[in-house]
Amino acid sequence: MNSVYYLDLITELVKKELKVRYKNSVLGYLWSVLSPLASALVFFIAFKIVIRLKIENYALFLISGLFCWQWFVNSVLASSTLFLNNATLIKKVNFPRDSLVYSMVLSDAIHFVFAIPVIFLFVIIFRQKFSVYLIFLPLVIFVQFFLISGISLIISSINLFFRDLERLVLIFTNLLFYLTPIIYSEAMVPQKYKIFIYLNPMTHFVVLYRGIFLNNRFEYQNFLFACTLSVVFFFIGYKIYKSLQWKFAEVV
Amino acid sequence: MKDNYVVEFENVSKYYPLYHNFIGIKNFLFNLPKAIRELRTKKFCALNNISFKVAKGETLGIIGRNGAGKSTILGLIAGVLKPTVGKINVCGKVVGLLELQAGFHPDLTGYENIILNGILLGLTKKEILKKVDQIIDFSELKDFIDQPIRTYSSGMLARLGFSCAINIDADIILIDEVLAVGDIEFQKKCYQKIEEIKKRHKTIVFVSHDLDAVKKLCTRVILLDRGEIIKDGNPQEVIETYKKSFS
Repeated sequence: MNSVYYLDLITELVKKELKVRYKNSVLGYLWSVLSPLASALVFFIAFKIVIRLKIENYALFLISGLFCWQWFVNSVLASSTLFLNNATLIKKVNFPRDSLVYSMVLSDAIHFVFAIPVIFLFVIIFRQKFSVYLIFLPLVIFVQFFLISGISLIISSINLFFRDLERLVLIFTNLLFYLTPIIYSEAMVPQKYKIFIYLNPMTHFVVLYRGIFLNNRFEYQNFLFACTLSVVFFFIGYKIYKSLQWKFAEVV
Repeated sequence: MKDNYVVEFENVSKYYPLYHNFIGIKNFLFNLPKAIRELRTKKFCALNNISFKVAKGETLGIIGRNGAGKSTILGLIAGVLKPTVGKINVCGKVVGLLELQAGFHPDLTGYENIILNGILLGLTKKEILKKVDQIIDFSELKDFIDQPIRTYSSGMLARLGFSCAINIDADIILIDEVLAVGDIEFQKKCYQKIEEIKKRHKTIVFVSHDLDAVKKLCTRVILLDRGEIIKDGNPQEVIETYKKSFS
């Protein structure tokens, strides 16, 4: 009974998110593809044409990292105001509030999944092979969902009590982007700084996706790191949410 | 005996922290000792040591001035707030018929909103689908049900919200000053529905400044002032006391 209800709640909230997001725009879902493609174009011009970075298939290299980053950054940025935007609901109705977080992350995940065919298109254009490791793709997405949910739970909960967090998140995600090997490869990072790159959970996902789409490899080591960090973040996020949750209605 | 009570408040107090010196880092740093002291001691007492019980099938009215603690009580019954001190027992499904737009999204149609609202109020999809026709009928919005609700008038929104909450079979219904919206005919219909619910031995907690409505609907009234119960009992008497306190 309870799990049925929870499932219904999440499904309906996700449906709502998907219906509402692009309801009043002409291009609709295309926007979730167009914005990472636009940044890919900018980076391509800056790093391939101007700086002449020596990376093969740089366009494919870029988008294989940018699309999963887009999912991450969309959810994390939205999470800071998530509970504030649902203030009336939180004040009045006693429903599991974390469902708002999961449904938001899930709807962004769906946008990411629908953007994957664009990556396939690039794979074809660059005459690459489709890797057998594509079967691991759902698994990687599943793990990433937990990472993003965990971080979103932390930010959305704490932002209610410390509203400056919203601005900090904006700056921090900006910095994190350059600390993630999206426009460069992790092999280019000097050995003594590698530790910082590996502490960043998004690094492992970018490497994993890139392995699957571009290099015909499944990086087991990165997968282990990704799983560990995701579990840790989700655990911390859930703990923080649980301990602050009863105060939400007072401070929202 | 105990089973007859659906809501029990036992010596409940609710404090809200007051952060005067926490607004802005400059203010905080310049008044640091004061701010820290304040954090520990300064509290706003919304409810002060309150005890009452609501029996099954009762319609309880809560009246009092602004800031007397009425909404805090509703929040506590609904379970969105936790008491600072004391114990609260609530048995059965609670539905808050409060601020109507809560849980409604302007870009979704009336129908989609009913489903979403029902689920947020605690029904499964299957349960809400069974009730959706009844809700649409009650709201008399059949012709507009496939329109996004941002096109609705405020009266229509109120109808939709009221129809949703009232047609969900909750054991305890919380009503917070909402009957004033909607035209007279619809109000009448709402009162009728409330009477019908009363007959089915559901519990209603009704907060309002409309004393006539309170007198008409409630079987018992609690008068609150500054977080304390001034009087509890027969609607007629309690409302009389309340009116006197102003003159």
